[in-house]
Amino acid sequence: MRAQSDAVRSGAGRSGAGQGGTRAPTPNAPNLDAAGALLSVRDLHVHFVTSRGVVKAVDGVSYDVKPGEMVAIVGESGCGKSVTSLTVMRLLAKPAGRIVGGSIQFDGRDLVTLPEPEMRELRGRDVAMIFQEPMTSLNPVLPIGLQIMEPLFVHLKMDKATARARARELLELVGIPDAERRLDMHPHEFSGGMRQRVMIAIGLACNPKLLIADEPTTALDVTIQAQILELMKDLSSRLGIAMVVITHNLGIVARYADRVNVMYAGRIVEHGTAEEVFSRPRHPYTMGLLRAVPRLDKPRDARLYTIEGMPPNLMNPPTGCRFAERCEHRIDACVQYPAVVDVGRGHTAACHRAAEFEAADRGHPNLRLVRNDQPTPRPHHDDPILNVAGLSKHFHLSRRTGLFGREKVVVKAVDDVSFNVQRGETLGLVGESGCGKTTLGRLILRLEDPTSGSIQFDGRDLGSATPSEMRALRQKIQVIFQDPFSSLNPRMTIGQIIAEPLSVYRLEPNARAVRDRVAELLSQVGLHPYMSERYPHELSGGQRQRVGIARALAMKPSLIVCDEPVSALDVSIQGQIINLLEDLQERLGLTYLFIAHDLAVVRHISRRVVVMYLGRVMEIADRDELYAHPAHPYTQALLAAAPVPDVVVERARASRPLQGELPSPLNPPSGCVFRTRCPKATKACAEVVPPPVELRPGHLAACIHL
Amino acid sequence: MTTVTGPIPYRIPKRRGPVLTFIVQQPLGAIGLVAIVAMVLASVFAEVVAPYDPLEVNYAAILAAPSADYWFGTDAFGRDILSRVIYGARTALAVGVLSSLIGCVLGTLLGTASAYFGSTTDLVIQRFVDIMLAFPIVVLALVVVAALGKNVIGGIDVNLIIAISIPIVPKVARVARSAALSVRQMPYIDAARAAGFSHSRIVMRHMIPNIMAPVLILFTAFIAQAILLEASLSFLGLGVTEPTAAWGLMLSGNSADFYEQAPWVIIFPGLAISFAVFAFNLFGDSLRDWLDPKLKI
Repeated sequence: MRAQSDAVRSGAGRSGAGQGGTRAPTPNAPNLDAAGALLSVRDLHVHFVTSRGVVKAVDGVSYDVKPGEMVAIVGESGCGKSVTSLTVMRLLAKPAGRIVGGSIQFDGRDLVTLPEPEMRELRGRDVAMIFQEPMTSLNPVLPIGLQIMEPLFVHLKMDKATARARARELLELVGIPDAERRLDMHPHEFSGGMRQRVMIAIGLACNPKLLIADEPTTALDVTIQAQILELMKDLSSRLGIAMVVITHNLGIVARYADRVNVMYAGRIVEHGTAEEVFSRPRHPYTMGLLRAVPRLDKPRDARLYTIEGMPPNLMNPPTGCRFAERCEHRIDACVQYPAVVDVGRGHTAACHRAAEFEAADRGHPNLRLVRNDQPTPRPHHDDPILNVAGLSKHFHLSRRTGLFGREKVVVKAVDDVSFNVQRGETLGLVGESGCGKTTLGRLILRLEDPTSGSIQFDGRDLGSATPSEMRALRQKIQVIFQDPFSSLNPRMTIGQIIAEPLSVYRLEPNARAVRDRVAELLSQVGLHPYMSERYPHELSGGQRQRVGIARALAMKPSLIVCDEPVSALDVSIQGQIINLLEDLQERLGLTYLFIAHDLAVVRHISRRVVVMYLGRVMEIADRDELYAHPAHPYTQALLAAAPVPDVVVERARASRPLQGELPSPLNPPSGCVFRTRCPKATKACAEVVPPPVELRPGHLAACIHL
Repeated sequence: MTTVTGPIPYRIPKRRGPVLTFIVQQPLGAIGLVAIVAMVLASVFAEVVAPYDPLEVNYAAILAAPSADYWFGTDAFGRDILSRVIYGARTALAVGVLSSLIGCVLGTLLGTASAYFGSTTDLVIQRFVDIMLAFPIVVLALVVVAALGKNVIGGIDVNLIIAISIPIVPKVARVARSAALSVRQMPYIDAARAAGFSHSRIVMRHMIPNIMAPVLILFTAFIAQAILLEASLSFLGLGVTEPTAAWGLMLSGNSADFYEQAPWVIIFPGLAISFAVFAFNLFGDSLRDWLDPKLKI
């Protein structure tokens, strides 16, 4: 890191702006420091004082942001990336959060010591922030026009007419059509993607110099995510706004960021240009992360690489290298915290062996990346364990129209879906939110009753099963949920949770046998048997997900519906769970219905894949076939929108985000449901519901243009 | 296969005991708790604590003012008021705790079942609850007492307890239902349904333990209300009857005729009622704040 005293930096900054370099001094010209940085954070320390101790959330973080560039801060949950940016805004939760050291130079001023009134003036005018959750970051009772105009009134003292004109201009800038009318609408009338656009418009209202986006697209679907990020990148370069993007998604970073800071356990472990960090990672954590993500652009490995273990507790972090415990390149020197090593090309890494990696790796990208053997494809037999035919689930709602009027509407959550799952295989089910994939899973679990169609499990029809038959069948079909925090009863111990089905169904003869079986199940999923005494809140997310798996296994099921089992987990933990699921499948002969929105994860684990959109099946194909030759325009669009964590691949790809929004399920398009966003749509698409066409054996797509 | 090698580097952070954290975080609640404990001890050990038998009549000291012999004075029959207040705590706590308990158990079951089954069951139960709520609490208790008459077992009128618990049921049912509705949406309930567990098991084992926090708070709050209601009913002559020591009873009857010359006859039982209600309310409020995870730092 560049080491300079604050005095030198701020002094040079003022004269630098005055002399004006390439741009004429305007009232809004940024005050840069000697290195040309708009924002420079130096040795920042942030502590949270809680009743259980002091959490050192940020422990000596330094980074710079130059005007017009997009800097990414990458890391897993709890690494301090969000706290770092909240500190720049001075929005830390009071009184627990405290800045205990360091400086934040922004535009020639130190934000750490700036008095609160001046800070308030700065927020929203010079620095703006976009939050993760677009559904809750807008005030639901105010029209969005007013929410965009508010910073204009407050900071720029605009009158109403001017502010409204500016608000309209901003909405057009962020790509919201029909802006004049939209100004008077309320947030609930907008979709998630549209709300995030509104948030960006609010952020841009006063022409800020810096925009901080905290996981701006994590809550959005992949096609909408691409739209939003394209927009942000475009605005950043057009308006010369510096951006800090905080994310855990490496693909986004590869595609959009200029420079990357990788954070681990409260510190920055690696910094460099996106290209450098992705093609020549010099810190073992970055290397591990890049290897742990399942990737769409590389051949599929038999097993995912995982970073074993968990990040250290920030209440009492190790004195040495914080990653050492999980590091496979660990040496004796790692008991000392490593100095930041500059390996050239503006690339630094906090690792004792960074220079060694650099020397070993000249001309050899992806150090020590050992590729495992290709998996032996499982035999293609025709023995369906689950057969779904013409399955539909319609929800009847009544919508309020006017003061007393009510109108009955039907939401076709799942509409005429047919597929089968072969014994011992994994069928992936992909789609964006609202496509009906979760409802489909619940129908198979019989948590919902189907409107029409049949589900045959092991030759028996679930629809006509009597309650007692159903009780027996339920043991054979189990479920793993997405959210490991709410899928375990918080009032029961891990042991009680796993033992419950054993004792209810008398699967074990006595209490002792139940205890032994619980211990066996726990070690089967990679947990210590002593964990059975613990309560769910004492476990980490990954451990809880393992408990969820053990609970499902307790009944010796043959089919497990996995509803987004890894999407709430960090990359390094995600790999552990996926490998566990695959191991268990191999050993116990399980069949999985794997529901997910992450295309790369689905590709890794599934043998066949079903793509859904708005309640209908768009395409069914074998995994390799689907990813190599997607036939349906929607599948093609999904694959194009998913970013890949490789700078070279990602930047070479043309950006072609799918236009438009998911239509309202209350009023789906006639004919093909995808036609409103489809690049190939013709008039004929509106007339008939496309029947699935068998392109090749086992490859079906529902499009009339094939 | 993921194998476990060595201890998993994860430790449960050490915590202070719940009683100690409660005292530190909720000092007012702790005061309430101390008062409740004092009351319970006094009523349990009433024979030891009380200076006289509550029924012992001393015609030599009728309506005696508070003195060294009779700290709270005596009533129109020359009975020691302090002893009667102490024995009255017994009645108040027994009726208060028992009726609040019965009301909360029934209300919780009704409310949780209503939320779990939903649709028509929910509609029927909730309209029933609506009807119950439409009656003022005292009127409802009055009707029940009048209809059931007396049924004294072990010195306590069982019908009185039932009468006091019935108005509590719909109130608890409402709160339990709204808490249970959000628990109903949790994936662990779906997991239990997917495992094919019976309805009663899901309601009893999986839902009710997760809505205990609001119900516990209601329980303490309704003890206070039940004590008050028991006092009101006794005052009206429908509750506990002479010569049993009960606070409400001590306020009523001929004691009202003497309050000008012997105010201690009504002041001390009145204070006792206020004290008990205040203590339970303080404790209940603090318990609510303490159990609410959103208010925890």
